[in-house]
Amino acid sequence: MDLIKVENVDLGYDNHVVVKNLSFNIAEGDYLCVVGENGSGKSTLMKTLLGLNSTLKGKIEFAANFKKNGIGYLPQQTEVQKDFPAAVEEIVLSGFQGKSKGFFYSNEEKNMAKDKMQKMGILDLAKQSYRALSGGQQQLVLLARALCALDQLLILDEPVAGLDPKVAQELYEIIKKLNTEGVTIIMVTHDVNTALKYANKILHIGKSIFFGLTEEYVNSETGKHFKDYVGGCENG
Amino acid sequence: MAKLIMYLQYPFVRYAIIVGVLVALCSSLLGVTLVLKRFSFIGDGLSHVAFGGMAIASVLKMSNEMILVLPFTIVSAILLLKTGKNTKIKGDAAIAMISVGALAFGYLVMNLNPNSSNISGDVCTTLFGSTSILTLNKTEVWLSIILSLIVVVLFIIFYNKIFAITFDEDFSKTTGINVDRYNLLIAVVVAIIIVLAMNLVGSLLISALVIFPALSAMCVFKNFKMVTIASAVISVIAALVGMSVSIISSSPVGSTIVAINVIVFVVCYIIGRFEGGC
Repeated sequence: MDLIKVENVDLGYDNHVVVKNLSFNIAEGDYLCVVGENGSGKSTLMKTLLGLNSTLKGKIEFAANFKKNGIGYLPQQTEVQKDFPAAVEEIVLSGFQGKSKGFFYSNEEKNMAKDKMQKMGILDLAKQSYRALSGGQQQLVLLARALCALDQLLILDEPVAGLDPKVAQELYEIIKKLNTEGVTIIMVTHDVNTALKYANKILHIGKSIFFGLTEEYVNSETGKHFKDYVGGCENG
Repeated sequence: MAKLIMYLQYPFVRYAIIVGVLVALCSSLLGVTLVLKRFSFIGDGLSHVAFGGMAIASVLKMSNEMILVLPFTIVSAILLLKTGKNTKIKGDAAIAMISVGALAFGYLVMNLNPNSSNISGDVCTTLFGSTSILTLNKTEVWLSIILSLIVVVLFIIFYNKIFAITFDEDFSKTTGINVDRYNLLIAVVVAIIIVLAMNLVGSLLISALVIFPALSAMCVFKNFKMVTIASAVISVIAALVGMSVSIISSSPVGSTIVAINVIVFVVCYIIGRFEGGC
């Protein structure tokens, strides 16, 4: 059963088309990695799926039982957030904002937020100030917040940008674990090797577009070419 | 002290203190959000718009200036927010444009249609609010009280939403919050505060009232709730101390309050340095 179906969609800003004629579909429980060169439109695609941008052409269909405000979103950090005076628990709780009926958080929501923090291993940081945390801990806080908002789909935009490799690895394992628990994942990443390791589907956008299973991607022209390209960059 | 108590016998002094405390409270509440959203100067821009509105009102010889100034400022706040987002003129440039434009226009209008012989005195009063807070009548005091109550109640009701939007606008949008509507609400509330605060510190120093308590609180405290509460407490105390000092030493009210706020900020900054906050 498809959760999201994208058909012949053009993406971009104003009248500037970034991605042309894009089609792919995501089923429940998928782990989709979106890869591609810088500026190829990965972030634009994310924002369009989240409803922050509209499509230039074509349409995106969501499954009937799909709640659009039930997307958990892990954005890239903004400048404003780096020195934001907020406690971890305040930020995690703000994930409930869309669902919250009343003006204030219920006890149930507070307990659920605690669960999510426990799950991310940051419960002991609940009262700490966000700006004093390490980059990896901050990502876990934002991930816990995303889990509060989430029903079935988690969208991550370069989740390990700026993290050291060990922390990045831990974060990837946490994301994989969420996926095995039934959460559908869409992740934008630079890191092709990680994409190949964890994802079951790959969407490559850029000069050529590829969409398919990870095994197919490895053997495709686009995949081979891009792997060489990124490998070259990393070695050089 | 005796002098202070003597002055408190006068109703106009009591009015001034009531309005001063309320304005300080309201301006500090939204200050935290405005500073964090990098909107520190919106107060400056809007207050100059309010100055322009005031000039027009005085030329029209309106009995109650607020009736004209308030809608005028609210509309500008909404326009400022919209232009900042959609057009080629970016937020800071738009604020600067409206700010100096309205200031020049207001001064021009006042000069072309002089109401009194002492124009520069009038202008100085509007810009620095030196005496206008001592000339409030009962209607203006009640209006200030009602508007302040509205601001405080709105802030408490939407506290969690305001926090979510200030921290992460994109994320808030994806969870289904109507971010534009809340930004509009913030703009309107800011406009109300600006118009109220013009009586206290005048239109040049309003930004100080908005940003100093917030910055002081952010140096010392580490979570949003405490920062907000501390900002309000600092602002109210600074206003009370500032007004008392100005009564005792006959210094201008607005600049005395701002000076107290600057001192508090320096103290908080040093404390923050030791605690690693600032």
